Parts: sequence; structure tokens; C-alpha cells
Amino acid sequence: MFTTAAQLLDLTDKKLLLVLRDGRKLIGVLRSWDQFANLMLQETVERIYTKDVYADIQRGIYIVRGENVLLLGEIDLDKDDYIPEPYRKASPEEVHQLHLKEMQESKRSDKTRQSKLKELGFEVEHNGEILL
Amino acid sequence: MLFFSFFKTLVDQEVVVELKNDISIKGTLKSVDQYLNIKLDDIGVLEEVRYPHMSSVKNVFIRGSVVRYVHLPAAAVDTALLEDATRREAEQQATKPR
Repeated sequence: MFTTAAQLLDLTDKKLLLVLRDGRKLIGVLRSWDQFANLMLQETVERIYTKDVYADIQRGIYIVRGENVLLLGEIDLDKDDYIPEPYRKASPEEVHQLHLKEMQESKRSDKTRQSKLKELGFEVEHNGEILL
Repeated sequence: MLFFSFFKTLVDQEVVVELKNDISIKGTLKSVDQYLNIKLDDIGVLEEVRYPHMSSVKNVFIRGSVVRYVHLPAAAVDTALLEDATRREAEQQATKPR
């Protein structure tokens, strides 16, 4: 009955992309997990994309609580580290600054959108949480 | 348990899963479990430019709790059978002692 285990079993010890609910993208090797999709990643790298640049930050070992997991993707090793146009690599500091700015902008536009929806009587789906 | 059984009949069909963060992923449904976690093979992302991180990914495990919609191929759904199963499930729920 508990087939979550079977689904995660063939992803174990593979290089994966993990996307979290807050929009973070982590790349690492899946070493352990349980039925709630709580995960442990080894040699984790956080990759930040913003505007037309990206950066990698070494993070080491990550333990993630299942509820924060959006998806888990197996990386095709033939296409490994293929970054599509127009993204180019930049320094983590530069990307971090740009990313912060972009997050603030999207937070602001999110807020305006939500307050407008509220005026019209709509309840927003993810309350104030930014999902990327 | 009805939807779990229903999704199991759709294994190997091409579906589009839309997540709560608006990303839509097309792929072959490989497996589903009791939380409606979904595994897709040979995936492609609609609006690829907005999601550069997905370009080197070949298959995904999607947590059931973040799924908004699953778009199904209409031909793969036996509506009459599903109606029957739904009635049977409702009957069971109604007669279940509380």
C-alpha cells in the first residue's frame, strides 16, 4: 500500500533537482527519505536564477521536511549542467542582490494583485506566500 | 481511495500536471501513491523559458499536496465506470457505521 517508498526508492543515490515551496532550487544526491517525502541530500548546491543570470552556492548536506517539497526531478546526466539561453553564470553576490530585488518586486505586485482580488470578493489561494 | 484507484487506471497515459505555483508539466504518468504523489516520465515543461531549472530533468516526483490540476486525456477515462465506482463509494460511506 505504501508506494511512496517505491517511488522514491529508484531515485535514491541519484543526482536530483529539488524544488521547494519557497522557490528554492537545490541540486544534490538523494541519500535518504521516508514516507512523508522528508529528504536528505548530499553535496547540495543551491542554484539561483534571476533575470538573465544564475549562480551556484555550495550548501553541503540538506535535510528537508516533506511539506516543503514541491517536486523532485532526476537530472539527465547527458544534459547535466545544460543551462538554457539567455542565462549566464555570475558571481553569487551579484545574483543574490538581483534576486532579492526581484523578490521584493514580485512581493509588491503580488500584494497589489491580492488586494484587488479581495475587493472583488476572491479569497487568494496561497496567502501572501511567494511561490516561484 | 477512489481517486487513488482511478489514477492507477491512467498509468502510462500522457497527462499534464499543473502545480500550485503555475508551472505545468507534461509527461507519461508512471506511478501514483496513496497521497496522490505523482511520478512522470519523459517530461516537458509548458512555457519552458520561465522555468530554466527544468531543462535537464527527465523524470519527476511531484508531491501530491502541491498539485492543482491533472489534465487527463478524455479518451482514457471510462466515464460510466467512474460514475458507478463513485456511487458504490458513496453508498459505502453512507452505510458505514460511525
